Amino acid sequence: MTLHPRTRDQHPPAYAPGYKTSVPRSPKQALLAMGATATEQTGPVFGHSMLGELDSNLILNFTGEPAVGERIVVYGRVLDENGRPVPNALVEVWQANAGGRYRHKKDGYLAPLDPNFGGCGRVLTGEDGSYEFLTVKPGAYPWPNGPNDWRPAHIHYSLCGPSFGQRLITQMYFEGDPLIARCPIANTIANKADLDRLVAPLDMNRARPLDFLAYKFDIVLRGNRQTMFENKPEGM
Amino acid sequence: MVQPLEYLKETPSQTAGPYVHIGTTPNFIGNAGIYPEDLGLKPFPDDVAGEKIKVTGIVYDGTGTPLRDVLLESWQADASGTYGPGIQGWARLPANQDTGVWTLETVKPGAVGKMAPHIALWIVARGINVGLQTRMYFDGDDLTTDPVLARIEHKIRVPTLIAKSDGPGSWRFDIHLQGDGETIFFDM
Ligand SMILES: [Fe+3]
Repeated sequence: MTLHPRTRDQHPPAYAPGYKTSVPRSPKQALLAMGATATEQTGPVFGHSMLGELDSNLILNFTGEPAVGERIVVYGRVLDENGRPVPNALVEVWQANAGGRYRHKKDGYLAPLDPNFGGCGRVLTGEDGSYEFLTVKPGAYPWPNGPNDWRPAHIHYSLCGPSFGQRLITQMYFEGDPLIARCPIANTIANKADLDRLVAPLDMNRARPLDFLAYKFDIVLRGNRQTMFENKPEGM
Repeated sequence: MVQPLEYLKETPSQTAGPYVHIGTTPNFIGNAGIYPEDLGLKPFPDDVAGEKIKVTGIVYDGTGTPLRDVLLESWQADASGTYGPGIQGWARLPANQDTGVWTLETVKPGAVGKMAPHIALWIVARGINVGLQTRMYFDGDDLTTDPVLARIEHKIRVPTLIAKSDGPGSWRFDIHLQGDGETIFFDM
């Protein structure tokens, strides 16, 4: 995978004072930009045998009994910057339950835990870059930042493509959520058009009647896949 | 007008938030029962060739406070300087939730081409909007020909990338997100 330094304008800046925790955790010096070396171009290669059958089914993968909430499928494709599919990418997700509560000792929100919801899932993309999860729609939740900040419903995503330099963490939001425009974390992204790329549309064609709704979320990883011929060895 | 270039833009990053471990290392935080074990528990099988080493460190914020919620991932070559196969060379390093100390038990990597032995690190946490890339080298190695280190203009900052020995086979590598001794982070 050939990697050039990231195009930074679609990403949040490190220092985004509306999101208070970023203030002490943002580097102040400029990043050191250079072409990727073998270290960033290579990365761990995951195999389907590492995953279990229910890993992508968040409704059943905790206890085997169904979790409470609005049943949804989230599906999409992982592509590179040339629009080519990224097969065997590891897609990991985590989320709050339908009431907006995480299964974590630090989460003290009033909403109850669901005894049948663990809150994580993982899947490897297919040859066409596609993936899907069955889950419940997460609830919105309040968080300590401004005096009355609420996170819009969201699913956290972690992506491992073939190159370690492509590692990406992001969040998926849901079409039509009025909390997106008010969220200090969503709005660390400067341009509305870039934030819109994190908002998954409802897809009634993919929904299954009497069973689940569907949302589509495509993801683009940096870099462009090349053939072995194009992939010249570099001096470093 | 000209024809459009049909490239896609990388998906924007968002912070990993405070609960990254739910998704990446659920067993580590006590959410057992979903996966039999967490991915990236150790970078190599126990019988791998090479010098066994242990690296510890703390990630500090700009106030000098350890990040106890931080997750690091490491990626390195084996002792012969080769990447892979499979997931070998990759590990997940969740910090101790009380102390913030992260620990990597691995083998010392070999040089990769002209690059001196090094371990790449990727750092995410609440308040980090785009995952940070850095790398650690080893004090005492010949670093003079390394092409990455050679690109650093402010030589006074190079020591932020060099782990110090703190005992036989034991290395210390603290990371400072901000302030005095801010670690060099890469865009590569
Ligand atoms: Fe969240």
